[in-house]
Amino acid sequence: MPQVTSSLPLVRARGLTKDFGDFRAVNGIDFEISRGESFGFLGPNGAGKTSTMRMVSAVATPTAGDLSIFGLDPHHDGPAIRARLGVVPQEDTLELELTVLDNLLMFGRYFDLPRKLIKERATELLEFAKLTERAHDKCDNLSGGMKRRLTIARSLLNQPELLILDEPTTGLDPQARHLLWERLYRLKSDGVTLIITTHYMDEAEQLCDRLVVMDHGDIVAEGAPRELISQHSTREVLELRFPVDVTTPPIDVLSPLADRFEVLPDRVLLYVHDGDDTLRAVHAAGVTPVSALVRRSTLEDVFLRLTGRTLVD
Amino acid sequence: MNAVLRLTPQWRFGSRRSLYILERNIMAYKRQWPVFVSGFFEPLFYLLSIGIGLNHLVGDVHVGGTTISYGAFVAPGMLATSAMNGGIIDSIFNVFFKLKVSRVYEPVLATPLDVNDIALGEVWWSLTRGALYATSFIICMVLLGDAGSPWVVLCLPGTVLTSFCFACVGLAACTYLRSWQDFDAVNIVQLPLFLFSATFFPLSLYPSWLASIVVFSPLYQSAALLRGLSLGQFSWVMLIHVSYLFVMGMVGLAIAARRFRRILAP
Amino acid sequence: MSIVTVTSSVSTRHRPAWFRALTYEAAFYSKTWRASVISSFLFPILYLSAMGIGVGHLVNAHTGLVEGHTYLHFVAPGLLAITAMQLSVGECMWPILAAIKWVRTYHAAVATPLEPGDLVTGKVSWLGARLFVTTAVYAVIIACFGATSSWTAIFLPFIGALIAVAFAAPLIAFSSRVESDVTFTMLFRFVVVPMLLFSATFYPVSQYPVGLRWIVQLMPLYHGVALCRSAAFGTGSPGPLLAHVSVLVAMAIVGYVVARRNLRRRLVS
Repeated sequence: MPQVTSSLPLVRARGLTKDFGDFRAVNGIDFEISRGESFGFLGPNGAGKTSTMRMVSAVATPTAGDLSIFGLDPHHDGPAIRARLGVVPQEDTLELELTVLDNLLMFGRYFDLPRKLIKERATELLEFAKLTERAHDKCDNLSGGMKRRLTIARSLLNQPELLILDEPTTGLDPQARHLLWERLYRLKSDGVTLIITTHYMDEAEQLCDRLVVMDHGDIVAEGAPRELISQHSTREVLELRFPVDVTTPPIDVLSPLADRFEVLPDRVLLYVHDGDDTLRAVHAAGVTPVSALVRRSTLEDVFLRLTGRTLVD
Repeated sequence: MNAVLRLTPQWRFGSRRSLYILERNIMAYKRQWPVFVSGFFEPLFYLLSIGIGLNHLVGDVHVGGTTISYGAFVAPGMLATSAMNGGIIDSIFNVFFKLKVSRVYEPVLATPLDVNDIALGEVWWSLTRGALYATSFIICMVLLGDAGSPWVVLCLPGTVLTSFCFACVGLAACTYLRSWQDFDAVNIVQLPLFLFSATFFPLSLYPSWLASIVVFSPLYQSAALLRGLSLGQFSWVMLIHVSYLFVMGMVGLAIAARRFRRILAP
Repeated sequence: MSIVTVTSSVSTRHRPAWFRALTYEAAFYSKTWRASVISSFLFPILYLSAMGIGVGHLVNAHTGLVEGHTYLHFVAPGLLAITAMQLSVGECMWPILAAIKWVRTYHAAVATPLEPGDLVTGKVSWLGARLFVTTAVYAVIIACFGATSSWTAIFLPFIGALIAVAFAAPLIAFSSRVESDVTFTMLFRFVVVPMLLFSATFYPVSQYPVGLRWIVQLMPLYHGVALCRSAAFGTGSPGPLLAHVSVLVAMAIVGYVVARRNLRRRLVS
């Protein structure tokens, strides 16, 4: 087992760039991921997350910049790097014509593992993915959630030191989602490094020690989830809902009450330190919304603030 | 320093791991064993049909100073054709399906296998299938009296070389196809090759302008090589046939690997 | 309610449902016609040059005339019959399974007022129409090679269409029950290819040992080949001609009835 000095980051990117023709998908980003860390990439569709993931998986070659994984250069040591990686791609890429078990057996072979060892691990992973009974079914006959679980199980066959998960829980039901989280915590406590992209902010808050927010190929924010919230949002959010026929909420009255506010088609969001205080002030000013909700700021607020509310693609 | 390292030439192509792609294909096709077993009957039917009818209508054919039956003349050509068709089906149709439809290769790229290993692995698979078909074809030739000499066993490596050539060229070609409709173009190339590569009648019967084109057809190169081997007529020209097929295959493989990388790991 | 309105709007336009299935096939083809137009001109010329002129040269030198014709003339009508069968057969194997199982277009179609039987009628009539045109082109090319010697050659496109329908209908019946495309590979190897080779296409029945000639006559394609030859040369007597036509018509009718039943069972249940 090759050990890299723990002072070195596991993944280190400097000016990492990826172009597709004239389009720049990743625009010279820098980041470092330490061993044992759980690191998140957030960002809307087209922000460059998947391109970054494919470079970190030692599949796509960067257009420019330096990238080292396990202290190795992916251009020359791709196979050696990939041998120590696990990848859960965004879309399931199973062999639909093969059985569930054969999918795992074959995948293990690609890692040069002996058949006996693959069988042992496959049995254990099928148990984890709750697919033991379906081991001899063709993959084609599995439900969407089952396929996702099998893809995740497959990524663990080579007992990776670094696990890369591109939107791992998309398409999973809440039960399966929590099951996967549990497994990821366990892997993390075993010292496995995790890289995760996700659209679910609660997932990012739950799983990531540190994360970056990407937009248009750039990193626009970096830090621990709580840090990001305190940097880019207020402590609480007051959501006021107005009757649909009120065309313009009384903004001139509300705006002095908040650090920042946002007018949505059905609501007004006031970003404040203390929501209850502000709500009292709103009432005192003679404004009567249909309903009011006070909540803590979440990562979602940070995300929407940094990347905007407009739909991408 | 990185830039210097990147400039070092890559003279190695693929690795031992490419054999795992062969293993994968065997696993995926093991349910379809009747297809492979029944493959034995295809040359049997063709050669039988020629033996019953055309042998008598056409009579003997003069090749390289000897006189042989039409069956003995045409069988090596058919063997070459079947190697071409097999290579094309494997590496154009099946690989296109894997590349663009079922996307089988994508998870493989997350393993120590490299794009070159995938391309090479598909070539191993084509060669394996080609060798199996060639063996049954040669057995049929012997059974029906179409083998020109005991040297016919050398047709086996000759056919494998043919499979190599067409598999590699097919692999390169399949990366340029956009949709299933483009496969009609494959047929439009395949049929003239099949009919006009001196497979059914000797090169001497072609008008001279056409003959000088036919000589460049890879299927002609293969048919001429296999015919010589079957008849035991060895000459230095065979070295040209062999190098032609080998070089064409290598060029195809190099293009295929480059294109695979653009498609799979852009 | 909505179904009633749809059917009534259809009936006011006097278009039977199967006709819309036919239009669909035609519309689908119109997107991919380019290559097949090239091939319907190019392939006959290539085949006739290679088999007719090339191999024909050898035959003429050794045997002379075959049943009173040069080898080129002898083989040309048979090639036309083979083409009609091959194109029709190709359309009724993998594409049918794809429409049932992989792309599931037939399932989408029967969710509309179309009935499974309409799909069969649409497919069969489309293939008949398409092969009529294709074999008409083929017939003209044959004529340019001098291989037609009677006015009866104008029947060739009709025979081409009949062959197409006679093979399409039973094959759709078969394909409607197939589960895996491995079956098609087997069917191709053990039925289609032997039929191409042993239907007296490339050489006359008289080449076969006397005891084996009945096998040739069992081949449905043999009857198509014989009809094409009769039309091209203006030969043949009423009795055998009627027998050839009857075999093909019977295949078409029985196949059609069974195909409607099988496809209904596959799609509706």
